[in-house]
Amino acid sequence: MSRFHFPESIRSRPVYGTLEPRPGKAHLMIADAEGAEALLDLASADAGLVRHAHIIYIPKGTGETYVERLRALDPEQLHVSPSFDASLPRLRRVLAEAHMGLQLYLTGTEGLMGRAQSEAMQAGIPQGAIQTEHRGSVARRMQCVHCKGITEDVMTDPFVCSHCGLNLFVRDHYSRRLAAFQGVCVDAEDPGNVPDPVELYS
Amino acid sequence: MTAAPRKTKAGAEKIDVTVSAVVPLNDLVTRFEFRRTDGGAFPPFSAGSHTVVEMNDGGRTRLNPYSLMSDPADTSTYAISVRRDDEGRGGSLYMHNNVRPGDRLTLSYPVNLFPIDLRGHKHVFLAGGIGITPFMAMIAHLERMGGAWELHYACRSKALATYADDLTRAHPSRVHVYYDDQDQRIALEDLLDGQPLGTHVYVCGPGGMIEWVHRTAAAHGWPEENVHSEEFLAPQPGKPFEVYLCKSDITVHVGENESLLEAIERCGVDAPFLCRGGACGQCETDVLEADGTFEHRDHWLDEDEHAGGRKIMPCVSRFTGKKLVLDR
Repeated sequence: MSRFHFPESIRSRPVYGTLEPRPGKAHLMIADAEGAEALLDLASADAGLVRHAHIIYIPKGTGETYVERLRALDPEQLHVSPSFDASLPRLRRVLAEAHMGLQLYLTGTEGLMGRAQSEAMQAGIPQGAIQTEHRGSVARRMQCVHCKGITEDVMTDPFVCSHCGLNLFVRDHYSRRLAAFQGVCVDAEDPGNVPDPVELYS
Repeated sequence: MTAAPRKTKAGAEKIDVTVSAVVPLNDLVTRFEFRRTDGGAFPPFSAGSHTVVEMNDGGRTRLNPYSLMSDPADTSTYAISVRRDDEGRGGSLYMHNNVRPGDRLTLSYPVNLFPIDLRGHKHVFLAGGIGITPFMAMIAHLERMGGAWELHYACRSKALATYADDLTRAHPSRVHVYYDDQDQRIALEDLLDGQPLGTHVYVCGPGGMIEWVHRTAAAHGWPEENVHSEEFLAPQPGKPFEVYLCKSDITVHVGENESLLEAIERCGVDAPFLCRGGACGQCETDVLEADGTFEHRDHWLDEDEHAGGRKIMPCVSRFTGKKLVLDR
């Protein structure tokens, strides 16, 4: 099951839609893990669009599950990358040379979509023009508000900051610039009194 | 707008000014320059702002919006350029025929419904005729901050190409002028194609031109956030009609040559407004009862609201029918 309906939350929390074909001069698609399924769905809606697309795909834990099926869509370019960071120089180069009329499609985990969106907004694409569709894990990219360190793929609340070791409460308060949710110390007033970690949305 | 000062009267705050220069530019367009009557400095304005000029035309108050086209960095002067409209309701004719250096007028504080999006990496200006005016201020602003811009300016003829010579002389590589009488047209599709990511386009001119730019940009995959436009509508004459103002408990007769807003003001009812051209949304009024047909002409309400018959913009829209009751 790659789709998850997030319950309604505070305004700060990003909401995601469903990718749909849009008119444009070029099409850039960035996906990780089960996000590949959203691209396959998009291709069944408009195969021609995906054939003209540049796809950057980060399989994460899914390994080779989707790579051949994406290749079979025959996109103009398919770049399979071991991580978002590894694909970042390519993404920045593509955005720096892009022209108005570029359509951006982001799908997969929140961390991937948030980071790609942040890069795209810096390159001049308004947030409202960026399409997103959540697929796969509900893991979050968290920033520790105390040490500012980022912990990727957080699955439980509370969790331990991978930089400073504080016990952090997972908030829905989100930074578009950092592409991260905020984690706040849960036992500041009573050190050691930490609730049992619960899996997110369980 | 919670930080705005409390106002006792509708509209923006006002400034008393003295006309410091009247400069005819061609057969149709004249520039009017103003100084503050109290000798002080004008409030700074952001490029793209307009001011509402208050004229006393033989006892009849005329309020017309004009884009400020002077350099926003110069707080000693405000300037507007007015195109004479012989078929219009008379505001521009009054300016051309009656306003002389030394005259006193009242201007509203600047209001900006057409700002530059300073997040943009590049700004492409598309002007049609007198639509050049807001771009004069925008160009001055971007030149000062070293911003990237280009202007594509469509005019009827060389003789009516207001400021085209000045602009071309100052910025020969950035200004492109197209003359209708020489069958020159802005090649919009080519122009939109290949603009760098983060480009914004701004259009000011006739309604058809604005619609053409929005439609073409959307077809080329431009986000609507990157396409900006401004068109002031002048209220059109129409059949006289009656309106009952519920809160004020009076019936107002709207004459053939006045707008609903002007009729409401004439009867002493203080109704909110800013642009008086169907753009800003300030005068939006609830309709309590209506038996007849609305003539919606504004750019503010969406299609559903126009069809719904629950709201009207009295600055430009009219009504024909038996009964109209407004919550005013």
